[in-house]
Amino acid sequence: MSTVVLLTLTGLGLGALYFLVAAGLSLIFGLADVLNFAHGVFLSVGAYATWWAAGHVPGAGPDGVGFLVAVAVGMLAGTVVAVVVELLLIRPLYARPIEQVLVTVGLALAGVALLQAYWGADALVFPKPSWTQETTRLLGASVPNDRFVLIGAAVLVLVALLVFLRRTRFGLIVRAGVEDRAMVTALGINVRTAFTLVFAIGGAAAALAGALAGVYYGNVSPGQGTSMLIFAFIVVVIGGMGSVVGSALAAVVVGLVQQFANYYTMAGVGEASVVLLLAVVLLLRPGGLAGRAA
Amino acid sequence: MTAGGLLEVADLHVRIGGSHILQGVDLTVAAGGVTALLGRNGAGKTTTIKAILGLVPRTGSVRFDGAELAHLPTHLIVRRGLGYAPEDRGVFTALTVAENLRLAERRGARQRYDLVFELFPELRKRSAQPAGTLSGGQQQMLALGRALLNDNRMLLVDEPTKGLAPRIVTEVAGVLERVASAVPILLVEQNLGLVRRIAGQVVVIDQGRVVHTSPAASLLADTERVRELLGVATRRPEPSAELK
Amino acid sequence: MRRGWIVAVAGVLLLVILPYSTLTLPGLFPGALNSPGTLQLLALCLLFAGFALSYDLLFGQTGLLSFGHALYVAAGSYSANIAVTKLGWSLPAGILLAVVVGVVLPAALGAVALRVQGIAFAMVTLAFAQVGSILVHADPGRLTGGEEGLSLAPAATPGFLAGVANTVNLYWLALAYLVLVAVIVRWAVDSEPGRVWQAIRENERRVTVLGLHPYRFRLLAYVLASLLATLGGVVHLLLQGGSTPQITTSNFTLGLLVMVVLGGLGSRWGAILGGVLYTYLDHRLAALGTWDVIADLPRAVRAPLSEPLFVLGVLFVAVVYFMPGGLAGLPARLRSRLAERSGNA
Repeated sequence: MSTVVLLTLTGLGLGALYFLVAAGLSLIFGLADVLNFAHGVFLSVGAYATWWAAGHVPGAGPDGVGFLVAVAVGMLAGTVVAVVVELLLIRPLYARPIEQVLVTVGLALAGVALLQAYWGADALVFPKPSWTQETTRLLGASVPNDRFVLIGAAVLVLVALLVFLRRTRFGLIVRAGVEDRAMVTALGINVRTAFTLVFAIGGAAAALAGALAGVYYGNVSPGQGTSMLIFAFIVVVIGGMGSVVGSALAAVVVGLVQQFANYYTMAGVGEASVVLLLAVVLLLRPGGLAGRAA
Repeated sequence: MTAGGLLEVADLHVRIGGSHILQGVDLTVAAGGVTALLGRNGAGKTTTIKAILGLVPRTGSVRFDGAELAHLPTHLIVRRGLGYAPEDRGVFTALTVAENLRLAERRGARQRYDLVFELFPELRKRSAQPAGTLSGGQQQMLALGRALLNDNRMLLVDEPTKGLAPRIVTEVAGVLERVASAVPILLVEQNLGLVRRIAGQVVVIDQGRVVHTSPAASLLADTERVRELLGVATRRPEPSAELK
Repeated sequence: MRRGWIVAVAGVLLLVILPYSTLTLPGLFPGALNSPGTLQLLALCLLFAGFALSYDLLFGQTGLLSFGHALYVAAGSYSANIAVTKLGWSLPAGILLAVVVGVVLPAALGAVALRVQGIAFAMVTLAFAQVGSILVHADPGRLTGGEEGLSLAPAATPGFLAGVANTVNLYWLALAYLVLVAVIVRWAVDSEPGRVWQAIRENERRVTVLGLHPYRFRLLAYVLASLLATLGGVVHLLLQGGSTPQITTSNFTLGLLVMVVLGGLGSRWGAILGGVLYTYLDHRLAALGTWDVIADLPRAVRAPLSEPLFVLGVLFVAVVYFMPGGLAGLPARLRSRLAERSGNA
C-alpha cells in the first residue's frame, strides 16, 4: 500500500512537471499552429536562471522566501526569452508553418549548445530548500516533500490558466482563436498579440517547470529540457492541442502510467507504455482527449 | 469604373495551390440596399468575399469609402466598418452566445446590444448557452448579430440560408430586409427567392470572373438568362484534376 | 539530364581515387588526404550524406516530417552488433538480420504512425524513437551496453576492414553506400510510386481523387527510407567499430533535418551537400576554438563558437530565413538576381 501511495504521488509529481511544459506548448500550437521545439530551451533557461539567481541575486537564496525570489527570477528569464523568440524569429515567418518548426529546431540545438558553452555539459547541483528534502508520512508511506511542491505548483498554474482563459478578454481571444483563428481576425481582433501572449505564458510555465525539475532531480543540465520536451509533446497530443484541461488530464495519466509500469516491470517499459498509449489514443481519437482535430 | 460605390473591388486575383480561382474580379457595391453575388458552385463567390477581407492571399484593389484597403491585414480592414457573416456561420462552438458577442465588441465604438437583441430575442434568452449547442438557424442569428454589434457600414453575408428549414429562411430574410434598410449588404446567395425579395443589384460570377451586372429585377425576369448563367442544365464539364 | 550524369560519374571517380593523393590542406583536414584521420572524416561525411539522402526521400520528396529516423540507423547498428558480438553470429548473418529488421520494423511502426498526419505523425515518430533510445540506455539483458555503447567484437570484423591501415577500405565502403543510396533514391523517385510521393507532398487530395491510396504510398516511402537508413547503420557500425546510444537520440534525427534543409529540401544534390557539410563542420568546428584569432576573443564570444551545435543551429536558422532553397537553391537565386541586375541595367 505504501508503495502504491509513493508511486502515485511520484507519478503525479512527474505529471505536474509534464503539465507545466505541455500547457504552454498546447496553447502555442492550438492558437498559433507552431510546433515549438524551442520550448525545452525555455525550460532550461528557467532552470539555469533560478540556479544563478540563488547564488547571485540579493535577497535570493536556496531556502525559504529567497528561493521563491530565485524561482521568480527564473520565470522572468524564461518569459523574456520566449517573448523575444516569438517577436524576432517566429512572427516574421507567419503563415509558413514548416519554416517556423524548422526555426524552433535550430533554436533548440543552438540554445542547448549555448547553455552548455557557458555552464558546461555536466550537471550542476541545484539549490533545494531544505524543507523539500524531508519527507511526510502519508497513508503509511514516506513521501518526499518535493512531490507536494510539484503538484501544488501545477494545480496553482492550472487554476490561474483557467481563470485567465475564462475570465479575461485575452483569454477569450485565445479560446476563440484555438478554434478558428481566421474568424477572430475577421472580427477585427489582432490575433498576433495573442500569439506573443501565449508564448509568454508558455515561457513562464516552462521556466517554472525547469526550476521545479531542478528541485526534483537535485541538479540542472543542458539536456534536461529536451528529454522533458518529448514527454510534454506526447502529453499535448494525447490531451488535445489547444486544451489546457486536456493537458492536465493527459499529464496525470502519463505520469502515473510511467511510474507504475516502470516499477512493476522494468525500466523502459513505462516509457514504452506511454508511447503505446499515444498510439492508441491517436488511432481511436485523433483529436486527443479534449481538443480539436489535429 | 463606375463611381460612387461604397465598396469598389478591382482586378482581384486569387491563386491557391496552383488553381487560378479569381481571374480579375471587378465589382461595385452601392452605399445602400442589397447587392447579391450570384453564381454556380465553385464559381468563386465565397472566395471573392474572403479576398475582399484579406482572408486569402490576393492581388488587386479593394477601396472602401474611397480608401485603399488591400495592403492592410484583415483585422484592420474589418475595423474600417465591414461586418462579416461567413458561409459556415463561423461561431465559436466552445464559447457561449454572450462570449461570442463580446468577442465582436470593439473598444471605443458603440455596441448595439439593444438592436441585436431586438432583432434576435432568442440570443438574449440563450446568452449562457454554448454556441455549439444552438440550432443552425440560431447560429445564423448569432453570426448576423455579431456582424451587427458594431457600427459597421457594410455587411458581407455568405449564404445565410444554406441548410436552414423554410420557416427559418423566412425569418432570416425578414431580418436581412430590416437590416438592409439601414446598412448596405453584399450578399452571396443561391436562394433566388430571397434574392428576388430583397436584392436591388445582382452581380454574377462565373469561373472567377464577373460575367453580368444589372438591377436584380431585370435579370430575374429573364428566365433564359438566369438558366444560362446559373442553371444546372447547361453546365459545361469541369476540367479534370491533373497530376503534374 | 545527360550533363547531370556525367558530373555524378566524374564526381564518384574523383572520390574513388582520392585516397591515392597525398595532397595536404592544412586547416581543412587533420592530415594529408590519404591519412587515416582524414579518410575517417571523409568516410563519415559520405556516410552521413547517404543518411541525409534517405531522410530527404522521406521529408523532401514525400513530405513526411519524421522526428524518428535515428531509430532505424540505431536499429541497423545495434542489431548487427548484438548478433555478432553477443550472439556470436558471423558478420554476413548479422548484416542479414539488420536488413530483415530494416524492413519489418518500419513496416510495423509505419503502419501505425502513418494513420495520422502532420504534427501528430511527427510526434508519434519522435515518441517511437524515444522509446528505442530509452530501451538502449536501459541495457536489457546486458545486450546494448547502455550508456557506454557496445564495441564490435574484433574477431568478427573481416581482415580487410580492421586496423588503421585499412581505413581506406572503410572509406570506399562509405562511398559505395552513398552511391547505392543515390542510385536507389533516384530510381525510386523517377518511378511510378515516386511521382505519387511528390503528388502526396503537394496535394494529397488530388491523389485520392485519382483513386490511389496515399497511405500505401506513404508506407512504401517510409519503409524504403528506413531500410536505407538501417543499411547505413551497419556501415556506421563498421566505421566506428561499435554502437553508441548517441545515434538513438532525437538530436541525431534533428541533425539529419538540418542537413536536408541546409542542402535544400527535395533536392538530392542538396541532401548530399548538406550531409557532407554538416558532418564536416560538426567535427572540425570543435577545433575552431583553438584558432588564434578565436582564442583571443573574450570567453563570452569564444565559448559558444567552440560548440559545433551552436554554430550549426545558428547557421540553420539563417538558412531557413535567408536561403529557403538551401544551398542547392543558391545557383538559381544567384542567376535570377543577376538576371534582375542585367535587366535593370
